[in-house]
Amino acid sequence: MPFTPKRTVKSPAKLDLTAATLAHVPSFDGLGWADKARAAARARVAEMGMPLGRDEYWKYTDTKPFTNVDPDHTGAIAATDVFGASGAVTITITNGKVQGELPVVDGLDIQCLSAAADAEIHWAQDTFGVLEAAGQNNVERPLAALTTALATEGILIHATKDVTQPVRIVYTTDGGQANVHHVIKVAPKAGVTILEEGLAGARASTNMEVAVADGARFDHLRVLPLDAERTLSNHCFANLGAQSTFRSFTLTPGGQMTRNEAVIDINGDDATAHIAGACLGDGAFHHDDTVFITHDAVNCESRQVFKKVLRNGATGVFQGKILVQPDAQKTDGYQISQSLLLDDDSQFLAKPELEIYADDVACSHGSTSGAIDEDALFYLRSRGVPHAHAIDLLTLSFMAEAIEEIADDALAETVLAFLTETLEVRRA
Amino acid sequence: MKEDTMLKIENLHVQLEEEDKVILKGVNLELEAGKVHAIMGPNGSGKSTLSYVLSGKDGYEVTDGSAALDGEDILEMEPEERAAAGLFLAFQYPVEIPGVGNMTFLRTAVNAQRKLRGEDEMSAGDFLKLVRAKAKDLKIDADMLKRPVNVGFSGGEKKRNEILQMAMLEPKMCILDETDSGLDVDAMKLVAQGVNALRSPERTFLVITHYQRLLDHIKPDVVHIMADGKIIKSGGPELAIEVENNGYADLLGEVA
Repeated sequence: MPFTPKRTVKSPAKLDLTAATLAHVPSFDGLGWADKARAAARARVAEMGMPLGRDEYWKYTDTKPFTNVDPDHTGAIAATDVFGASGAVTITITNGKVQGELPVVDGLDIQCLSAAADAEIHWAQDTFGVLEAAGQNNVERPLAALTTALATEGILIHATKDVTQPVRIVYTTDGGQANVHHVIKVAPKAGVTILEEGLAGARASTNMEVAVADGARFDHLRVLPLDAERTLSNHCFANLGAQSTFRSFTLTPGGQMTRNEAVIDINGDDATAHIAGACLGDGAFHHDDTVFITHDAVNCESRQVFKKVLRNGATGVFQGKILVQPDAQKTDGYQISQSLLLDDDSQFLAKPELEIYADDVACSHGSTSGAIDEDALFYLRSRGVPHAHAIDLLTLSFMAEAIEEIADDALAETVLAFLTETLEVRRA
Repeated sequence: MKEDTMLKIENLHVQLEEEDKVILKGVNLELEAGKVHAIMGPNGSGKSTLSYVLSGKDGYEVTDGSAALDGEDILEMEPEERAAAGLFLAFQYPVEIPGVGNMTFLRTAVNAQRKLRGEDEMSAGDFLKLVRAKAKDLKIDADMLKRPVNVGFSGGEKKRNEILQMAMLEPKMCILDETDSGLDVDAMKLVAQGVNALRSPERTFLVITHYQRLLDHIKPDVVHIMADGKIIKSGGPELAIEVENNGYADLLGEVA
C-alpha cells in the first residue's frame, strides 16, 4: 500500500490529555465480545492519544469541545419530527438508552447493544469495533475509538432481504453526554434504509459501522437537530463489497459544533459510494465534514457532494480525500465542496485531496466559496419576492445538488420540505 | 399629470455607481394607461438602463429627476415593492435558478406580492388551475413548469416563461426589455400573442427593442427614439418603419 499512514506526534500535552480522558474510561474486564472490543478500543485510544489542535487532521476545527474531560452540558434539546410520516419503523433512544420494544421487520434482525452485548450474535461481533479499528489505518481517529469504548447503547441491524421500509432512529435527551455505537450489516443482495434524527446528548458521539456485502444496498439519511448549544461528533465506517451501493446524506440545519467523519473503503468491484451533506450555518456555528474514501477495487464510483450556506460568522470545514490504490483501475471519483457565504464574517475552509496510484482513472474535485448571485437575487426581487425570502430561495437552489443525492424521491421531498420550513421559521 | 397617466418619467438622470459614467441624461416620458409605447435606439443609448432603473436594480445612481407609477414615486422603493405596486420587467436575459422549480417560483412570487399588498395568499388549488390555463396559452407544457427556473430552457422558452410570469402576476405596467432578442419568427409570434392577450385599458406596456420586427406583432401606439441617454424623437408607428428603412443615422443627424 503506497499510502503512508498519518501518525500524530505524541507530545507531553497529548499524553496528559489522553491520561485524563482514560481516567473516565472503565477497564472492561468482562468476557463478552462487546467488552473485549471495548477494551481493545480503549487500548487504541491510549496508543493514538487524544486529538490536539496541532494534529494535521484537526487544523480547522477546535478539538477542545470534543476532548474537554469535564464539559458543560447545556442546551434544551427539542425533538424533531422530520421522518415521522415516512412509513418507517421507529426506534427511540432517550438519554442514550433504547426505549420500549424493538420493532420486528421481516428481513431485518434488529437488536440493541445494551441487551445484546453478552449474547452470541456472530454477525454483530464480527463487525463491532472491527471497521472502526480498520478505519484507523490511514488516519488516526481517536474520538471514534473512544466512542467504541464508551458506548453502551446502539442499534445492531442485520439485513437479510432488501427491505424498503426505512428504520428510523430518533434521539432525544435532557442534556448530558451520550455515546452511541451502531452496527449495520447488509447481507449479499439485501438492503436497508436508515433514517436518523434528533440528538443523542448535549455532547454526543456516534459511531456507525456499516458492512455492505456484494450486491447489497445501504441508504442513510440524517437530519441533525437545530439547537445551537451542542457538540456532536459522528463517525461512519463503511466497507463495500462488489456491486454494492452506499448512499449517505446529512442535513445540518443548525447547531454549534459538529464534526462528521466518514471513512469508506470500497473493496469490491463495480461498487458505488455517494456521500453528501447540506449545512445551514448561522452565528456560532461550526461544521466540519471530513471524508476519506479509499478505492481498492476495479470500476467503482464515488461521489462527495457538500454544500454549506453560512452567515453571521459561521464556519464550514471540508476535508475530503479520495485515495485510489494501484489496482483500482477505472475508478470514477468526484468530489465537490462549495459554500455560499452570505456575509463577510463567515468562512469556509476546505482541503480537498486526491491521491491516485492507478493510471486508468477519472477523478475530479472542486471547491469554491462565493457570495450570493446578485443577478438572480434581483430577478427574484423584481418578481415581488422580498429580499430575505429571495436569499432563502437561492439557498435552496445552492443546496439542490446535494439534496439530489438522496436516492428516494419521497425522502428527498421530505428533507426539502423540512429545510424550507426551517428557513421560513428563521425568516419570521 | 394627465388623468390616465400610468408611468411618468421626468428629467431622469442616472449614472453608474461604480464609475462616473452618466447613462441617462434627462429622460422624459409619459405613458398612458392602456397604451403600448415602444423605445427604439442604437446600442448603448440607455434603453436597458432605463428598464433596470425603473425596476430597482442595484448599481445605478439617480442623480436627478423622478419616476412615478400611478402617481406614486417608485425610485425610493425596493424592487419587490415596485413589483407589488404593479411594475414588471421582462428580462432580456432571464436568470437561471437551479434547484428551484418553476412552479414553486411562480407561486412564491404571486403570494409574496399578495402579501405585500395585504391580500390573502392564493390557495394551491386555485393557483394550479390558473397557471395551467395560462401556460397552455403560451404552449408551456407541464414539464417546463416542473423544471428548475429557466434551467436548460431554449431562448424562446425563456422568453415565453417571462410572459407566463407576467400573465400570472398581472402587473399594470409591463416593461419588455428586448424580448425579441434571440427569438426566431415563430417564437416571436407566440410571445407577441401572449403580450397582446394581456393588453387591456388598465395595463400599459413599454416595449424596448432594436428592431421594428417585434412591433409588427405588438402594435405600438407611440414610438420613441432614444439616443445618448435621451428621448430624441417621439411619433406614431411610422417612426419605427422609418428606422427600419433608414437606420438611426438619419435621426441622429437630424437632432444634431
